[in-house]
Amino acid sequence: MSHFLDRLAFFKKDIGTFSQGHGIVTNEDRSWENAYRQRWAHDKIVRSTHGVNCTGSCSWKIYVKGGIVTWETQQTDYPRTRPDMPNHEPRGCSRGASYSWYIYSGNRLKYPLVRSRLMRLWREARASMSPVEAWRSIVEDSSKSDSYKQVRGQGGFVRAVWDEVNEIVAAANAYTIKRYGPDRVAGFSPIPAMSMVSYAAGTRYLSLIGGVCLSFYDWYCDLPPASPQTWGEQTDVPESADWYNSSFLMLWGSNVPQTRTPDAHFLTEVRYKGAKAVVVSPDYSEAAKFGDVWIHPKQGTDAALAMAMGHVILRDFHIDKQSDYFQDYCRQYSDFPLLVRLVKKGDALVPERLLRADDFVDGLGQENNPAWKTVAFDDKTKQIVVPNGSIGFRWGEQGKWNLEERTADGADSDLALTLIHDRDEVVPVAFPYFGNNKHDFFAGTDHADVLNRNIPVKTIALKDGEAYVTTVFDLFVANYGVARGLGGDNVANSFDDDIPYTPKWQERITGVPAEQVIAVARAFAENADKTKGRSMVIVGAGLNHWYHMDMIYRGIINMLVMCGCVGQSGGGWSHYVGQEKLRPQTGWLPLAFALDWNRPPRHMNSTSFWYAHTDQWRYESLSIDEILSPTAPDGDWSGSLIDYNVRAERMGWLPSAPQLNTNPLKIAAAADAAGKPPADYLVDQLKSGDVAFASEDPDDPENFPRNLFVWRSNLLGSSGKGHEYFLKHLLGTKHGVQGKDLGATDGTKPQEVAWHDEAPEGKLDLLVTLDFRMSTTCLYSDIVLPTATWYEKNDLNTSDMHPFIHPLSSAIDPVWECRSDWDIYKGIAKAFSEVAEGELGKEQDVVLVPILHDTAAELAQPYDVADWKRGDTEPVPGKTMPAVAVVERDYPNVYKRFTALGPLMNKLGNGGKGMAWNTEDEVTSLGALNGIVTEPGVSQGMPRIETDIDATEVILTLAPETNGQVAVKAWQSLSKATGREHAHLALPREDEKLRFRDVQAQPRKIISSPIWSGLESEHVSYTAGYTNVHELIPWRTLSGRQQLYQDHLWMRAFGEQLCVYKPPIDTKTIKPMLNQRSNGNHEIVLNFITPHQKWGIHSTYTDNLLMLTLSRGGPIVWISEIDAKQAGIVDNDWIEAFNANGALVARAVVSQRIPQGMTMMYHAQEKIVNVPGSEITGSRGGIHNSVTRAVTKPTHMIGGYAQQSYGFNYYGTVGSNRDEFVIMRKMNQVDWLDRPAPQSKLEAAE
Amino acid sequence: MQQFIQGLLFGLYPYLAIAVFLLGSLLRFDHGQYGWRSGSSQLLRRRQLMLGSNLFHIGILLLFLGHFFGMLTPPAVYHGLGLSTGAKQMLAIVAGGVFGLMCFVGMTLLIHRRLFDPRIRKTSSGADIFILLLLYVQLILGLATIPFSLQHSDGSTMLALADWAQRIVTFRPGAAAAVADVAGVYRAHIFLGLTMFLVFPFTRLVHVWSAPIWYLGRRGYQIVRARRQAP
Repeated sequence: MSHFLDRLAFFKKDIGTFSQGHGIVTNEDRSWENAYRQRWAHDKIVRSTHGVNCTGSCSWKIYVKGGIVTWETQQTDYPRTRPDMPNHEPRGCSRGASYSWYIYSGNRLKYPLVRSRLMRLWREARASMSPVEAWRSIVEDSSKSDSYKQVRGQGGFVRAVWDEVNEIVAAANAYTIKRYGPDRVAGFSPIPAMSMVSYAAGTRYLSLIGGVCLSFYDWYCDLPPASPQTWGEQTDVPESADWYNSSFLMLWGSNVPQTRTPDAHFLTEVRYKGAKAVVVSPDYSEAAKFGDVWIHPKQGTDAALAMAMGHVILRDFHIDKQSDYFQDYCRQYSDFPLLVRLVKKGDALVPERLLRADDFVDGLGQENNPAWKTVAFDDKTKQIVVPNGSIGFRWGEQGKWNLEERTADGADSDLALTLIHDRDEVVPVAFPYFGNNKHDFFAGTDHADVLNRNIPVKTIALKDGEAYVTTVFDLFVANYGVARGLGGDNVANSFDDDIPYTPKWQERITGVPAEQVIAVARAFAENADKTKGRSMVIVGAGLNHWYHMDMIYRGIINMLVMCGCVGQSGGGWSHYVGQEKLRPQTGWLPLAFALDWNRPPRHMNSTSFWYAHTDQWRYESLSIDEILSPTAPDGDWSGSLIDYNVRAERMGWLPSAPQLNTNPLKIAAAADAAGKPPADYLVDQLKSGDVAFASEDPDDPENFPRNLFVWRSNLLGSSGKGHEYFLKHLLGTKHGVQGKDLGATDGTKPQEVAWHDEAPEGKLDLLVTLDFRMSTTCLYSDIVLPTATWYEKNDLNTSDMHPFIHPLSSAIDPVWECRSDWDIYKGIAKAFSEVAEGELGKEQDVVLVPILHDTAAELAQPYDVADWKRGDTEPVPGKTMPAVAVVERDYPNVYKRFTALGPLMNKLGNGGKGMAWNTEDEVTSLGALNGIVTEPGVSQGMPRIETDIDATEVILTLAPETNGQVAVKAWQSLSKATGREHAHLALPREDEKLRFRDVQAQPRKIISSPIWSGLESEHVSYTAGYTNVHELIPWRTLSGRQQLYQDHLWMRAFGEQLCVYKPPIDTKTIKPMLNQRSNGNHEIVLNFITPHQKWGIHSTYTDNLLMLTLSRGGPIVWISEIDAKQAGIVDNDWIEAFNANGALVARAVVSQRIPQGMTMMYHAQEKIVNVPGSEITGSRGGIHNSVTRAVTKPTHMIGGYAQQSYGFNYYGTVGSNRDEFVIMRKMNQVDWLDRPAPQSKLEAAE
Repeated sequence: MQQFIQGLLFGLYPYLAIAVFLLGSLLRFDHGQYGWRSGSSQLLRRRQLMLGSNLFHIGILLLFLGHFFGMLTPPAVYHGLGLSTGAKQMLAIVAGGVFGLMCFVGMTLLIHRRLFDPRIRKTSSGADIFILLLLYVQLILGLATIPFSLQHSDGSTMLALADWAQRIVTFRPGAAAAVADVAGVYRAHIFLGLTMFLVFPFTRLVHVWSAPIWYLGRRGYQIVRARRQAP
């Protein structure tokens, strides 16, 4: 009805009164009220989540109205927990709640974009040439390729159509493969757990063409190397609900309410139940308010604190009086009782390696792998015995790889933790001490470099003669400086002695009062003693991002193992850094790495890759001398960090990419011509030097990575340590590097790596980025592909923090011309197959594979370190050098292979973590579910993988965690190795099969599987190590036990066989810049700490209007009031932070939260919103990584050695960054650089 | 030719303007309820608004009433009340001058605020600025007629203008001829005034229709809207 006509009834509107005329009843049109009703009405709700590496994995309701996503709210339909537990829901935080803003925002990428100069060159060339020829004509002509490389990051995109961009990408890949080799095409995408299918789309394509998949967990420095070292596991941690089972929680370097927002309620709830909470954090973080005690050590000195707490625990619970629980736990589950040989170094004795059965004349009766079976002293028989469970039992025999308290011959054992009662002698043993290192900003003590401490030993007869041996426990106690009545120096009888590692000693280093350390350590251990291990430590990036993170972590792990907490409900080590828990991992692996078509895939550890190819090694300022132990075994320890990395690659420890200085497609043919098998031929070539590792000359154009895909990542705006080096050397564009390389400073050059006086700039020919928003990485790319958001695609998401599988669901179709990652790579695969026709056919690709963990090959190098190139030994593939595999690529059929589940699943089966099972039933059922390929060709008759939902079904069907039948098979497979029955853990759920529509209907808990060490049941929450302790499944380490003694030669060389305190390293980036480029303002020097965000998740959300409104709306750094005063900075001033690596600008937040001497910049604040130019570089901003540079650590390169063997994202060098310092000063001029660009730039922007 | 234009501007244009004004308002009321509003910027900044807006609204409302009764009251009526033509003109000049000045001060404040406050400028539509400037020019033109009116205190011009208005509203011919001889400034004022009616439905001025005058006489303070069956 007409509103106007309605008004004509004005005088008839009032139809009554009430309350004596104070109220009026009217009869009037009320249709306007619908507006308010419709405000919250919607057409449908779709379940999705956010794939953002926050570990949240929260189930959300996405509301759709008129085809538009309107808003999202938290889902509240999680299955109930068991009666005495709080529920999981609601999960979610303000960041997730703001996500829908992106879909229609100005930041949204809507069309494929290409750098205009490249586009012009391409169209010109393509007018007369084939695609591959056209690409060649551009990249092999430096005047052409430089023209677009030099303007990367400076605007200049033009819209393109999908067919055209796909062809460019395909042509670039095909040309690069043909000319340089498939290992010159690389892809970087992190955290498959956040959207498994999207990750798999890209890596499936790369793996089919032979490209390199780059790791992320180690590069992000989220990988805790202490975990593989101790447990042989990448990372396995309790779910957040398990916090509720704890009664003593330490939050150590982890800011739970800020970075684990949806889980924090369990912490609050368990405190109501009476749990104690201790927060350790140098700043008054949001977590600090949860603490009954707040300990604030100086940043980076946490290892000293942990060592002092360990000292107290040892003294009070293992030495002066003994907790039965602790002793029993350590005897069965740790390497404490194992024997270590002591050897002479100079005049002193130093602990060498764990003794093996092979060291004895008769091998102690062990035929199989005696070099890999550790030994102990039996208290009952007073004999040396070979306990079950060491890694020698894992391979080559069955039934004894378990943690039963038995010896290899089946007798019950009672291993001696210490030899103090049965000792032959007491001898002094040398322990290295690093706490006396001189550092400008970290206090040390003046104890000697080497501390001799008395140890009880036995003398026993070995193959090579008599030797002193002792137990790990005896060394361990001495290492902590705990006196045991054995006399000698450097041990403390009282906590007040200033001897490493007493509570008194740590005061000088950490600033924490000794009484606090003693009280907390005692309470921690006492709780664990009374509750059988329900003490937990939640650790995080605050610890793990330091160069010596493994020392900090091992200090804490020691506390947990000494107190029997690992593997117990409510106890253990809760490392939450990165959403690495890909629960249906083994179902996903074949899809992601195309293992259904060819094995092995090409994997590379990113830190070493970026370190070499962004030429950060050319600026290395940390020398080996600075970190080498004074007790290092005799030998040649010369070289620089990259030399160690190259040696590690050659010895098969670390992977390499590109692999060799030749095209791997040409090796097989050459071998054929020479009449030799490819492996033999390659060995000869390597020996003669005709072929070398690419890493020996990363600056040779033959060895450049040429094409790079980045997706689901903001490499250049977030994780790229040494950001400015990326810009300079990899991209060849404007950069802010301030320091000079080793050539210019006359530094010591590497021994293994060729030095070019002129460093290359612009190694990459093509950078392709897939994203839904215009991130910093997109800005620097040559081609930007618009991808679907988390509300526009179908995918799967899992987390450490809870046991559910969550879907990402397509609430709406991708807007504008966006496509899902799956469809994008499918499109590229199709274009590639077409472009490859006539250029590439079936090719034999020689793939080098490092010695891998969880394979029999991990028993490669039991004793010595031998580099064949330096003549120490012969190169033997898979033993002293990487294994050599030949993989057949079928380039014209890449698309057909991409979209079907290949034949190897039937032929070779599936498996993971050393287990294997037949998977024919699953392949058959996938064929029925997804349909069978009917088109003739290589994939005819195989299950289809056309859509993203098809891909999810592959994962869910093949994984034991989501398919009960597979879980039972997997447990049975493990039973063979352990000789124990495990299938009962999955049998009750054998018939369960989780499908994509099931997880869309409601969150579903995973099924217990032997891939993980925790259980999902009605009795326990998921906690790591649970099946090791309760099912007696060994840890996948050398000893099969929690390995607190690390005996590899390199671990001993760097003084880390036992945990020690090491102060942060000196990166030497300050002196060249301090007071050199004055702007008149006072300059101060601060430790640069980059914790996780409050107003974003990494870089995502930092450009989101809603989050910008909640924060200060641009980059900020936090500084203390004292430092601010000294530098004349007041709150909200614009400041600049800089060092030899580069510069960044931000506003200052002056706060009492921050202790003096450090500054905090929430990491990954991007440089695309409210960032002015830098006075130092003249360029816009800089991001937090503009002032960092990756520094690798040799102990992370170890391989071929049981748990210290390579695994993708499992072990390898890590990208630490918290040891860095910056110079900070107030800015004089805030230049927004919003002038018109100079002429040359205008051309670029055309 | 000149006569034709004269007829067009003062004989036909008024009907066009009034037709658009009424029909346009009707259509917009029925079809554009969400845009039917005053578009107040008080949320963005209160400063200047309180004084400017009050001066402007009081001034313009009284000017409107003055014009309405001044133009449309037949001379016989006010003569009957004992008001001579000259006296009425003087009343119009004095009242118009006072309220005109109030309105002028108010508008000057409002325009300054609209144009030079960045937040308000950013959130202003073109129509917001246009209508404000139009009113301002019209007001200045109105004030500019005062010296002319003072030159002939007999009220003859006033009579001619009233005659024009009354012929228009009573649909009598000769309206254009009635103002053929008045000074240009008056004719400009009329033309712009008609233009105001013309653009009225397309601007925030529509809020005039919904001035909440009924609040004044309402007795009850709680309104309950009865449930009504859908038609």
